[in-house]
Formats: sequence, C-alpha cells, structure tokens
Amino acid sequence: MSCTITMTVNGKSVTREVEERTLLVHFLREHLGLTGTHVGCDTSQCGACVVHLDGQSVKSCTMLAVQADGAQVTTIEGLAAEDGTLHPMQAAFREHHGLQCGFCTPGMVMSAIDLVKSNPNPSESEVREGLEGNICRCTGYHNIVKAVLAGAEAMRAGTPVKAAAE
Amino acid sequence: MANPTGIGAAVRRREDARFLTGRGTYTEDINRPNQTHVHILRSPHAHARIRGIDASEALKAPGVVAVFTGADMAADNVNSLPCGWLIHFKDGSPMKEPPHFPIARDKARYVGDAIAVVIAETREQAKDAAELVNVDYEELPAAASLRAASDGNAALVHDDVPGNVCFDWHLGDAAAVDAAFAQAAHVTKLDLVNTRLVPNAMEPRAALGEYDRITGDYTLTTTSQNPHVIRLLMGAFVLGIPEHKLRVVAPDVGGGFGSKIFHYGEEAIVTWAARKVGRPVKWTAERSESFLTDAHGRDHLTHAELALDKDGNFLALRVSTLANMGAYLSTFATSIPTYLYATLLAGQYKTPAIYAEVKALFTNTAPVDAYRGAGRPEACYLIERLVETAAREMGIDKIEIRRRNFVPPEAMPYQTPVALQYDTGNFPKNLEMALPAVDYAGFAARKAESAKRGKLRGIGFSTYIEACGIAPSNVAGALGARAGLYESAEVRFHPTGSVSVFTGSHSHGQGHETTFAQIVAERFGIPIENVEIVHGDTSKVPFGMGTYGSRSLAVGGSALVKAMDKVERKARKIAAHLMEAAETDIEVKDGRFTVAGTDKSVGIGDIALAAYVPHNFPLDELEPGLDEQAFYDPKNFTYPNGCHVCEVEIDPDTGVTKVVAFTAVDDFGRIINPLIVEGQVHGGIVQGIGQALYENCVYDENGQLLTGSYMDYCMPRADDVPSFQVSYHEDSPCTHNPLGVKGCGEAGTIGASAAVMNAVIDALSEHGVTHLDMPATPERVWRAINQARPAMAAE
Repeated sequence: MSCTITMTVNGKSVTREVEERTLLVHFLREHLGLTGTHVGCDTSQCGACVVHLDGQSVKSCTMLAVQADGAQVTTIEGLAAEDGTLHPMQAAFREHHGLQCGFCTPGMVMSAIDLVKSNPNPSESEVREGLEGNICRCTGYHNIVKAVLAGAEAMRAGTPVKAAAE
Repeated sequence: MANPTGIGAAVRRREDARFLTGRGTYTEDINRPNQTHVHILRSPHAHARIRGIDASEALKAPGVVAVFTGADMAADNVNSLPCGWLIHFKDGSPMKEPPHFPIARDKARYVGDAIAVVIAETREQAKDAAELVNVDYEELPAAASLRAASDGNAALVHDDVPGNVCFDWHLGDAAAVDAAFAQAAHVTKLDLVNTRLVPNAMEPRAALGEYDRITGDYTLTTTSQNPHVIRLLMGAFVLGIPEHKLRVVAPDVGGGFGSKIFHYGEEAIVTWAARKVGRPVKWTAERSESFLTDAHGRDHLTHAELALDKDGNFLALRVSTLANMGAYLSTFATSIPTYLYATLLAGQYKTPAIYAEVKALFTNTAPVDAYRGAGRPEACYLIERLVETAAREMGIDKIEIRRRNFVPPEAMPYQTPVALQYDTGNFPKNLEMALPAVDYAGFAARKAESAKRGKLRGIGFSTYIEACGIAPSNVAGALGARAGLYESAEVRFHPTGSVSVFTGSHSHGQGHETTFAQIVAERFGIPIENVEIVHGDTSKVPFGMGTYGSRSLAVGGSALVKAMDKVERKARKIAAHLMEAAETDIEVKDGRFTVAGTDKSVGIGDIALAAYVPHNFPLDELEPGLDEQAFYDPKNFTYPNGCHVCEVEIDPDTGVTKVVAFTAVDDFGRIINPLIVEGQVHGGIVQGIGQALYENCVYDENGQLLTGSYMDYCMPRADDVPSFQVSYHEDSPCTHNPLGVKGCGEAGTIGASAAVMNAVIDALSEHGVTHLDMPATPERVWRAINQARPAMAAE
C-alpha cells in the first residue's frame, strides 16, 4: 500500500514513495534524514514532534505523510539562516538555558514560535498555557518560559535577543 | 573581574548549538547500512508460565529475518543480567538473587517481560510479524503490589524465593531506639506511601548492536548514563565478550534521571542478535513500551515513629519500610532502599538514636531501581513529614522545632547514628536565608487574603540533606557494592595548545561539555573554545562509572583536577628547562609559568609545543608529550543540603492545589556554572512537585499497568507549575574534594515533595486533615476535606 507524495520541506521540494501508513514524523526522520524532529510518545501528548505545516504548528506524529502532500513544512533544521544565524527563538533558548538534554527542544521551539506568531506579546501564564502540549522533563519549564518571553520580545522588535540578567 | 569563562561564570552552553538546530545525535537517529529492526513481543500477563512459543507463521511474514526466544539465548549460554549491590538479611545471609534473563525463559513475571524478539527489515514489518507469534501462556495468579506480595497466601514471583522476600535488612541501634522511646514525652507516628513513579526521560530507550565478523568486534550504541558499566556488566557477566572486543557508545542521550543507568535486557539482545543475524540490529522503545519496561522509581510503604521530649527535641527515630523490587533485580535496585536511604535518616537533625528495617519484596511489576534522588527523597519525605506533624501535634512552631534540632555548624564534621559523617554544612543559615525570601512573616496576611476568596493557603518546609558524589570505593565495597565508584579523566594537550579532555562522566543534559571546559579554561588560562570534552565512548575514554547520584563534578571534576595537576607538574619541569631556571623557582598562574621575581615567562601553549616537538627538551629526564590521566576515588560522600519552601492555594470545592510559590535555598558547595545549577534545581523541583501532586504509577490487582501512557500518567506541564526562586550560598564548600563541590543534580527532587505535601496538609489542617498521601490529587484533597468535616459537604 504505497503512493507518491510531494511536499516542500525547509524550502526544498521533495518527492518520495511511501507506505500509506507512514507518519509524517517518520517520513521526515527516515525518508528525508531530518532527525531533528523527535518521537517522544505514542499518544500525541509530548510535543517533541512539532513542526510547522503551512505556517501552523502540528504534531507530526499525529499526521500521515500523505496528509502533508502538497504542503510547506518547516522543521527545526529549517529555522536558522543559511549563514547559521539562529532564529531569535533559538537564540533565546540558548541565552536563557531553556534546554538541558535537548530532546524536547525542537518541538518546544517550534511550538513557541507558533505561539508567539498568534500572540506576539504573551504573558507568562499565556506562555505556560500555550506550551501545555509540550512536555519537558529536564528544565522544570522555568527557563523555557524566560526564553519564550525573550524570543517573543526579539521577534516583536526585530532586534537580537537581549542578554539575560546576571 | 572574574573570568567570564571560568569557574562561577554563567557560560552559555556549547551543546546548545547542535540541540537547537536539530543536529543532536540520539541513538534512534543513527542508522547503519543493512540494518535490521527489532520488535519485542512482550507478555500481556503479569504472571504466566510460558508453555511454548510458535514462531512459524511469523518467520514467513514479509521482511522477517529471525525470531529469537529465551531458549535461543540459553543455547548460546547467555547469562542473567547482574545486580550490582549485595545486601544481606539481618541474620547475615545474602539476599535472594533469582536470575533475570534478557528474554524470559520459564515464566513471564510482569506485563512487559520480553518473550520473543522479532527481527525484520523494517520496524513495521517486525511489529506486524510479532502479531503472528503464538505464545502458549498458562496464566498464574499475580502478586502485583507490596501488600499483595507480603500476604501469606501471595503467589510467588520466583518459585525459590519464599514470601517474595529479597532481603530483610536493618541499620542502626534498635536497643538505643527502644530505650529512647520508653522515655519519650511524645511519639509522632505516620504511615506513609512513597508512590511508584515512572522516570519518563523524554527520549525513549534505544539500542543498536553491531558485530564485525572479520575482527570479532562488537559495538553497542545505547541510551546509557554509563557506557563503561554496560560494557563491563554485559561483556563480563551476560554475553561473555572480552572488554577489548566490545565498544559501547552512549551518544547524545535525552535525559536519564537514573532510568538509563541500568543494564537492560534489550542491550544484550541487540548485541547478541547482531552476531546471530550478521547485520546491525536496532531497537527503539515506543513510549508505552518505556512505561512498561523502564525501571520505575520509589514504591515504598513505611511506618515511621519519632520520639520527642517535652520540648520537642528529637530523641529517636524508628522506621520500618517495605520496598518494591519489581519482578527482577535491576542493576542497583537493592542499594536504593538500603544504603542510599536509611543512612540519610538523621536528616539535618541531631537525633541521637535511629533504627531502620527494610524488607524488599518481589512483585509482578516492572523492576524498580534508582530514580532521581534514589533513596534520599524517600528519607527526606518521611523525616520532614514527621517533623511538621510532630510540630503540629505538640503545638511547637515548625521553624522553631527545626532550629532546636539542627546539627549546628560548629558540630561539623558530624557523625550520624546511621553510618554517614557529614563533612560540613550550615543548616540554620539555609533556613535563615529562606524565611525572608519567602516573606514568611507575611504568610498570615496572604492566608487571610486567600480565605476571603474562599481558598485555603498553606506553607510547608523541607530542610533536606543528601549524600551524593558516590562513592568511596572501599566503603561501598564493604557495604555490598560489586563495583568501584571512582571516576576517570584524561587531559590531552595537543601540539598547538588546544586540549581534549576524556571524561568517564556522561552528560545527558547536565552540560558537562561546557562546565568541564570552564574548569580547564580557567586552570590553564586558555580560551574555552580550545577545550573539547569527550565522553560516552568506551573506545576513547578511560574506565569511568558514569553520571548519576550527582557525582559528575564531585567525582569526575575531581579526576579532572588531578589530571590537570599532573599536567601542571610536568609543565613546570618543561618550563624550568625552557627558561633555564630551577623548577622550584617557577610560579604558575592562569597557565603562565613565570620565573619568580623576573618577567621571564612561558605560556602553556609554548610548553605543549615544546613537549610534542622536543628539540629543546630534557629528554634524559622527561618523556615527550603532555597528556595525563587520573582516576579519583572520593574520600567521602558529599552532602548537599538546603531549605525548600512551598506555598500552595487549594480550592476546597474542587480540591485543586495550585503551587503559588516555591523557593529553594541550597548549599552545593562551590558553584561552577550558576545557570546550569539553577536549571538542575528547577527540573528537580518539578519532579518533586510531580510526585506530590500529579504522578502515580498504578498497577491493578492483576498486575496490569493502568497508567501506561501520558494519557493516564500525569506529567507536570508548564501550566502546572510556577516560576521558582532559587538561591544558594557557597559558605560551606566540600572539605574533601579539590573543587569543593557537592553536586546539585538531585537536590530539587529530594527536597520538593515533602515541602509540597507539608504545605498541602498545612492548608487543610484547619479542616482537621492531619495526613494525606501523595499524590494530593483534587479528588483526594476534596475527599480529605469532606471526610474530616462532613458538615461542610452538606453545605
């Protein structure tokens, strides 16, 4: 049971033949070798698999690859600029120590960017609620929230992420 | 100005460059040409005899390469997974150690026990084929909890382990405790549950086995916190592979919290199978599989009694604990409720007499082993719950009762009645720092304000101490450890002055690639980007025991200092030669070697070059090269300690508890990178809050895991917890390691649960609630309020 799908991933058009039951996350990881998107659970809760599909965050473990046929997909690998300059949200996570083991991080960053796009000036509680679909076991969320607020500020102002207060 | 990349600096992490851009390499990301995939068929029964396995249909399924069972491993003389710590019964006889095979042989003993291994071209084909494997099970009654297993009529998990008792152990002085209780003015008693937890690192476990049939070399890539330990245990004890033919690599590992310490059956399965099928063999757990088979944590039932005099001084503590081992002994399982638990029962207090007995039982559940804190959260929880309960019962202020009983700083080093000797610590100081930080004086007003809104407000403390930086090897050995607990480091200068450090520690989130580089950069005055930290590969790194027990800086960092000391000693000799001075005249500061009283100096970079291009070099006295190795065996445990304070607000109509504030004041000795330390504390606190309010791993009476996914096991999310106030002091550095560090990785988890539960009970005490077990879910809180005050329910 396979078919051919075409989509744009991180700006590049890709065409592959896949079994119809292939999840989008497995398509990205195994067919395209983009292993930055992670599988952390099997019940759609953890958010490690979040990517952007046609501008919105989706859990790629809960979509079939065939459902993304014709879509524009951005993964964590597609965020930084060609010259390596980090997206402000990525820079904010680094500045504020918003990651430890890094496993939840790609999905967390993708969710955070989508959250800020819908709500450019979120409060702390709006950030916490907005990240309800992303589980982190390492950071306790404290620094993730600081990172998202700093990333939001940089995205709003079009300025680099401010250094964290010592 | 302090060194911006040295000790104490909040250096941003170098690891983040790859993690933030999706370029981390976790085990599941790795693919080898011609690899096969494993799906493990697992028992759906908690207890069943395996009468037969028919894989004939599965072998015909598309893409299937092989199907293996326990019998296949037995035929190849594959042995049992070993337990690394021998505990004795009270009478001195050794604990029961039934076999623990990578694939079950005679019986399935828990839901999730491996029954057959299907190897196929793709993961999906392996899964599909597994459904065609026919297993003839004879279901047996299950003993699926501590209470069930200790019942006189309980089913036996292992036929030759009477009463399901693995060991019945004790520590302390029963006679002194009994005498003290006889004199007591007051006795506080508590029956406590320390709930079973699932560690749930976000990266599921995975293992990739490879075999080179030309060289006979095996390679195992695995999600482990300690690759050398896996190599030793699997190579020497399970598969009979000599260590020089076995390489174990732990690449980026996505969290561990203890659950990735142990040698798991899947590691042996993929390594062994790689030779059987002649191709790489890869396994990755699905999350529900992780729930079933990752070692779980905690699971104690405890009866504890505290004897006090009329002024609230602690006279004695008596503890009786039932500890769940699960169906089989995991690698360190037996040490957790014994030497990592009972030895901490003095807490921060000068209780003169302590006695603890611990009975460990097998049950038809997943194996139980270390989970962040490993024994110390259990000890802290019971002590701090007893302290606040006693204070309430005796009408003594809960701060005052602690002050009266603290070991004072001038009593350090302090020999506890439970084997450990605390080296240093200032417990009153932590508390005095915490009180204004939480605005304790203002609590009454905040409580009144909450009450106006119909809410119950409570505040709870937890003054914890723990033993970490494990451990002095001879002490550990005397107590039953079957391994040493030292750490290794190699500091290799390259000819042009950059440095590679090989450490036996293993970072799975702790940031060693940054913090260890800070230590080296400061010592030798070199740019931090010129220091590389290599970890996780047994073919590169000298033998190390890995990362757990908050030991990496205390033990691994100390090994690093010793190796740097050796480098400096050699560098002095080289410098003396280069500058034609006496070695005794050389002064060393920040990597510059200066002839005392002159401006003649040479930097470490030039010394390294001279060592590797030894044209101007004392070859008759010194070997070329600048590359030194050290092993460090700690002289004692280290004793991080602190004061954690939780403030909660409870809605009595719904039972929902909100943590409105959590403050931590900790003593971790010297701080290397405050950003990383705070991050460790934040994460630990949320795991402690998780246990107190949200998490609970539940099996039904038939041994079916009810909380088998994130649907049913409540992991704290960002909106379940607040931001925290974390501070520390560095006034009591560790006295016995060269960095003065104590470790910080587990402290948050150790202190937090007691602080939260004390706060919850404080809030509910006005309704007559004096005790509540974890997790304080809305239903339990609501029921407690309504049971204590039935009239309220009627309103």
